[in-house]
Amino acid sequence: MSHDVSIKAKSTSHKHIIFEILYKYGTIITIVLLTFIFALAANNFLQGDNILNILRSISIVTIIATGITLSLTVGGFDLSVGSVASVSDALALSAFVWYSQDTLVGILAALAAAGVCGIINGFLIVKVKIPDMLATLATMFILQGLALSYARGATISQNMVMPNGNFAMGTIPSFFINLGQTPWIIVIMLCVTLAVHIFLTYTKHGRYMYMIGGNLEAARLSGIPVNRYRILAYFLAAILAGIGGIVLAARIQTTEINAGAPYLMDAVAAAYIGFSVGGAGKPNAFGTFIGGILIGILQNGLIILSVPYYAMDIVKGLVLAFALTVTYYKKKF
Amino acid sequence: MNTTIKNTLTMEDISIEFPGVKALNQVSFSLESSTIHALIGANGAGKSTLMKILAGAYNHYTGHIRINGREVVIKTPKEANRLGIHIVYQEVDMALIPNLTVGENIMLDKLVNNMDGQHFINWQTIHKEAQAILSRLHININTKKLISELSLAQKQMVLITRSLSNQCRFLILDEPTAPLSHHETKELFRVIGELKKNDVGIIFISHRLPEVFAVCEDVTILRDGEIAAKDKLVNFTQNQLVEKMLGRTLVENFSKPPVIIGDTVLEAVDLCTADKLHNINFTVHSGEIVGIAGLVGAGKTELCKALFGAESLTAGKRLLYKQPLNFSSPHDAVTAGFALVPEERRKEGLFVEESIATNLTIANLTACCSYKHFISPKAESQVAKRMIERLDIKTPSQQHPAKNLSGGNQQKIGIAKWLLQDANIYILDEPTKGVDVGAKKDIFDLIGKLVATGKSILYASCEINELLKITDRLYVMYDGTIVKELKTNGTNEEEILFYATGGL
Repeated sequence: MSHDVSIKAKSTSHKHIIFEILYKYGTIITIVLLTFIFALAANNFLQGDNILNILRSISIVTIIATGITLSLTVGGFDLSVGSVASVSDALALSAFVWYSQDTLVGILAALAAAGVCGIINGFLIVKVKIPDMLATLATMFILQGLALSYARGATISQNMVMPNGNFAMGTIPSFFINLGQTPWIIVIMLCVTLAVHIFLTYTKHGRYMYMIGGNLEAARLSGIPVNRYRILAYFLAAILAGIGGIVLAARIQTTEINAGAPYLMDAVAAAYIGFSVGGAGKPNAFGTFIGGILIGILQNGLIILSVPYYAMDIVKGLVLAFALTVTYYKKKF
Repeated sequence: MNTTIKNTLTMEDISIEFPGVKALNQVSFSLESSTIHALIGANGAGKSTLMKILAGAYNHYTGHIRINGREVVIKTPKEANRLGIHIVYQEVDMALIPNLTVGENIMLDKLVNNMDGQHFINWQTIHKEAQAILSRLHININTKKLISELSLAQKQMVLITRSLSNQCRFLILDEPTAPLSHHETKELFRVIGELKKNDVGIIFISHRLPEVFAVCEDVTILRDGEIAAKDKLVNFTQNQLVEKMLGRTLVENFSKPPVIIGDTVLEAVDLCTADKLHNINFTVHSGEIVGIAGLVGAGKTELCKALFGAESLTAGKRLLYKQPLNFSSPHDAVTAGFALVPEERRKEGLFVEESIATNLTIANLTACCSYKHFISPKAESQVAKRMIERLDIKTPSQQHPAKNLSGGNQQKIGIAKWLLQDANIYILDEPTKGVDVGAKKDIFDLIGKLVATGKSILYASCEINELLKITDRLYVMYDGTIVKELKTNGTNEEEILFYATGGL
């Protein structure tokens, strides 16, 4: 890579080098700039509490975004992650509140459901050959509806009124609630990011997935079992979305209607912003984490600056456009 | 026939150069309306280049083009169309819009260029006009059908019809029959006959000599960018055409190391696929280089892919060491000891954006892993280094992206990645395509070394002189099946080309 850059640098102007740097470090530069601006504008921005606050606020988005990243590596796309998170959120809480199960059962039930969703996605995309975006759009609706129907259109929470008029007897274990608090929620996010980073970068399975995303036919003719790996990618994406849902359940302890859905768009943004971080040029877990941080800082800073909530999306969109500009503008050269 | 004036097209002293190559040298060609003129020659003789000049695909040629004696300038496809020259390329899908109807595609030029300030489309007229042209050629395709629903042969018909919607005087058909079945070919010839009645002059490019004899009147033979002969077709026999097509044969030195040819390794019995192959039978022994000869479109690539599990079989079986192979994916084929070097190197063989090291290790990444799953960068780099040295791949570093290498070096990677896997049967599909002489020699030497260790090679190529140099035995393919088995020692280029062009 460095060899490549030096050849280009000789033949083209400084302008080109600037774009190279912007491409590789644009996201990080944006983060530094934003931090600087927010720190100047509000002196509590850089305090330890607030930094933990930011990390906590991005953890669910980042976990779900890592799932999307996995689907992107095989050249696919998973729109259903938000709904999968809703499903596992509902399952985990219902296991505690309705059926008085312990933490392990709740978590396993939620993960199993997520895994099944992922395999269905993989089956529709790989075997039935529905384009990824459309297949997961369909499952997004289905799962959203399933999560809602399962909760009977209501929210699941402790002491809720059951259809027979009694109060729900189960309680949410305190160990489970802890998972949604600082520092555990941050630790979970960091572990997920690290695990997926190792999986994608240092195992042959990750390498195969990137190769499939890079050139499906060449991967197939190199003897890689491409269908198996594509299904695996959607399976893992759903498992991560499931983890996101579990953490969400631990965090808010109720199932709001479509609780997972709002995370979808932020997660997509984080995953795409992550492409360029450090010059990777492809979906990667570390970049996705950085993308999550960018979104988190922005949201947090804007709240501290008392930007009205209804105007926040404008700034968010603008910064997103800027981050993507430095990533994609380079491709002209 | 009530024609008053015959249209004539002449090309004189046409030359064209591409960086480093003189593709055409002082070529002259002429065509009259209501005739079918065959243009033949070996691969790389310049047929397609000459026709692309006529169709306006190049603008840097020298020489003169005249229509009815008047000099014309053709620098863009649009100018060619305006003069009534149309071409139907082999890749019919490139020229059609799949999600529009047949009628819209036929009238596309009118819809795009000749709306004269109209903003509304009268669909009835469009379909009526399209239908009128179709019936003029007695082609039975519903104009309301979508292009994506048509077969390849029907798409060809639509393209031919489209050129007619546009005052076609001269029509170039570039290997139109290569992908067609026997029945479809007959239908195409009927339509060509109709075009002839409609005063169109047709240039017919084909590798299949029996077809040339079936439909054409005149013939021009190109060899190495020059005219080898032109005359009435009746003055030639098929053998004479073959002789004219072949130029001097390049004698490069390749000496296969002495290898004792062993037992049967691979056997194919009556292989058939859904669309192309039928009744393929052959055997390969250990230490043997078996050639698959055949012209473009004969089915060599399909055969290579079918053996490798990349295309599914509808009948027949593959036997490896007398044991039937029941796999349907390349993954299983690799496990069974097969290796495929595909024809479309950049599209199917390489990860062009990835580093050379990644490309070299992808077929057997497990060998570079510690604890079976975790890639060891050190092991990977050592393996890559060894391969780069062994095959003399010319690159500044192993981290260089594969796209920056020359064709020859890319091909070396395509072969090298299987060496690590230690495959037993190497299927090479056009391994020397786009490869320079030096790298070609390296590849031949490598093949020689492989068979010396008892590996088997299946070498598919349309370069007959290469097959003669390197193989022990060869099979000739024509129209999706093997028509002849030949001992390389007892045959020659004429004989192979005779069978490859459909001679019996």
